[in-house]
Amino acid sequence: MVSVTTTRVEADTSAPAPAGRKFRVPATRRPRNGMLFVAPTAVIVVALFLVPLAILVYMSFTDWPLLAGPTPNGLKNYTDLLEDDQFLGAIIFTIIYTIVTTIVLFAVAFVLVAIVNSPRRGSRFYRTAFFLPYVVGTAAASSMWWVDVHDRFGIFNQVLQAVGLTDGPVGFIETPNKAFFTIIALVVWKFIGFQMIVLLVGLQSIPAQLYEAALVDGATTWQRLRYITIPGLRPTLALLTVLSVTGSLLAFDQFFVLTHGGPDNSTVTVVLALYNKAFQSFRLGNAAAEAVVLLIALIVVNALQLFLLRRRETR
Amino acid sequence: MASGNDRAVRPGIQRHRFIGLLAVVSAATLAVAGCNSGSGGQTTNTNPDDGTQLTMWVRSATDEFSKRLVDAYNASHQNKVNLTVIPNDNYLTKVGTAAGSRSLPDILASDVVYTPNYTKQGLFQDISAEIKALPYSSSVAKSHLDVASYQGKTFAVPHKLDSSVLFYNKNLFKQANLDPEKPPKNFAEILDYARKITALGNGITGFDIAGSCGGCGVYTLFPYAWAAGVKPLSDDGKKADFNNDTFKQIFGLYKQLTDEKLVDSSDKTQDGSTWPNNFLAGKVGMLPLGSPIVGALNDQKIFEWGVTALMAPDGSKTSTFIGGDVAGISVNSTHKAQAWDFLKWTLEETQQVEIISKNGDLPGRTDLSGNKYTGADPRTKFIADGLKNGVTPFALPFGDLFNNPNGPWVETIRGAIYGPDLNKALADGQEKIQKGLDQAG
Repeated sequence: MVSVTTTRVEADTSAPAPAGRKFRVPATRRPRNGMLFVAPTAVIVVALFLVPLAILVYMSFTDWPLLAGPTPNGLKNYTDLLEDDQFLGAIIFTIIYTIVTTIVLFAVAFVLVAIVNSPRRGSRFYRTAFFLPYVVGTAAASSMWWVDVHDRFGIFNQVLQAVGLTDGPVGFIETPNKAFFTIIALVVWKFIGFQMIVLLVGLQSIPAQLYEAALVDGATTWQRLRYITIPGLRPTLALLTVLSVTGSLLAFDQFFVLTHGGPDNSTVTVVLALYNKAFQSFRLGNAAAEAVVLLIALIVVNALQLFLLRRRETR
Repeated sequence: MASGNDRAVRPGIQRHRFIGLLAVVSAATLAVAGCNSGSGGQTTNTNPDDGTQLTMWVRSATDEFSKRLVDAYNASHQNKVNLTVIPNDNYLTKVGTAAGSRSLPDILASDVVYTPNYTKQGLFQDISAEIKALPYSSSVAKSHLDVASYQGKTFAVPHKLDSSVLFYNKNLFKQANLDPEKPPKNFAEILDYARKITALGNGITGFDIAGSCGGCGVYTLFPYAWAAGVKPLSDDGKKADFNNDTFKQIFGLYKQLTDEKLVDSSDKTQDGSTWPNNFLAGKVGMLPLGSPIVGALNDQKIFEWGVTALMAPDGSKTSTFIGGDVAGISVNSTHKAQAWDFLKWTLEETQQVEIISKNGDLPGRTDLSGNKYTGADPRTKFIADGLKNGVTPFALPFGDLFNNPNGPWVETIRGAIYGPDLNKALADGQEKIQKGLDQAG
């Protein structure tokens, strides 16, 4: 985040200032100073975002086999998408995955927040413990889980069998359903800490007097939740929803490392399909078209979310 | 020290002398340079071992192998090769992006199945003349040279040669009352022996399949078909033939091995990265894989290993997939002579015998297959001799269709072995693979 400030610049004016008055920057100078402060960030944004974006859009209108040069081919890449089963299937899977993940993450986060928000002994320890997986990179976490779920030398199976819950190896990524469940478990384990901390901060910012007043008026737990907690958490919930949905729509690491999109292409997300198109099939033009479609979808989804969530606040 | 008189009296001639000297020196330099440059290949007064730094990329599959060669070269030469080992899965991507930005290393190794794509896209420099000038050029592994050739020119030489075979655990054979010197000769015997070995219990299985690995499937299933006279890929790489009785028998055997639990449950999701581990730990009776694990087999002390060739379902003939890597000089290298010096050095007898064969790998020259290391162990000699029945398949979109974990070949394997309808899986696979070959043109 960059904050832009204007400062008072002394000894800048040509005319001597009358005694007793503060020096002020003339109005014509302020925008230019402001622009100078913004300039470094603007350069970075243009160079690292706008320029590649423009190249991407150009790419999506060419046939570019990576090892050779690009040849323009109009809208063909976009019409190809309509027949691309893997991409269309990936869109549906990604949407299902996003909905399930967002709901599960919120549900578990609420439970965890209830645990760590109490003044019980050890709640500080639990806060740290729950947050710790978040600092491990997603690809590294997926690599860990890839070893952990292995039938023979994976620790999950060994523990389950030692405790007696299962007879043989569970086969965590063997079928589409089991693989999906394993991925959800991995994502919850990894990201729940962040959701919990943000919810905790939001919860603790609700003034305690509101709860006290409600208790005096004889409100039940459910009524307190519905009329104080949820409305108070609305901005936090809005933030978490946007982050969670965007992150899930862009999910890639865990699908690439843990399941390779399998079994039988049942866990291929949009970004994985895009990656395969670019670096397995070496068809950069098609991959760029998919990326542009994804970008437009994300802009629409985020705009929709912000609109819906903001509107309710101002009611 | 000239006296003051001289300097004062003849400054003009001093200047002329200086200019004259300069002219002579320049002329001499130009003359020498003129001798050095000129027609490529036949220069005798430039030593390519001139202390140049070369960069080389290899796949992690040839990690130790390439390192041994590079370390030995660097120790005995002024040139220094800087080796970078890249994980198999990322290799195509890394090379692709480097090709796009023309920042390839001086020496680029490439899996044989990706090489046709690379030569077609012009990633390598033409070394046909250099290869032809080798005194032993006729015994350099032909299958590798063929795969590295495009439109009559050759662009790479063999780097690492490997061959797919069927390994077996002689100790487990003895325990199961099977003759350890009589490996299975046909599919019926594979199934029978697998049943007997699995019956030993204790987590031991008779066979081992890589259920989700496209490259492994090509490496070990294609030879069954070649031995039966079927070509899953035509010689020009344009026609696929998977929907036939031979492949029905091959996948039928694997499906039966799976259904009767003669393979470990983790085989279903085996993507090739840990495929030999159970066999190396002495837990598997028979494993189809290849010569790359011979070194590890010799190092382990748990059991005695045996080897036989991959056979047709009825056992009438045998075949093998001649795989491995080739190495060439990339198109943006400015050190062609130095890079060729390294490549030529790796093909020479001393290196092929003392570095490559000594460590259990196959020499890249057929005239050296009987060398004192490969020839000393009848098992490695068996593998080296089997090369004459071997094939290296050719197709432009090989990686995308066959190695791709989300591609049609992996889908075919899994559909045939683990799906409900083997025949449908083969029919669908045939259609998708042929479509992929047609699209690549």
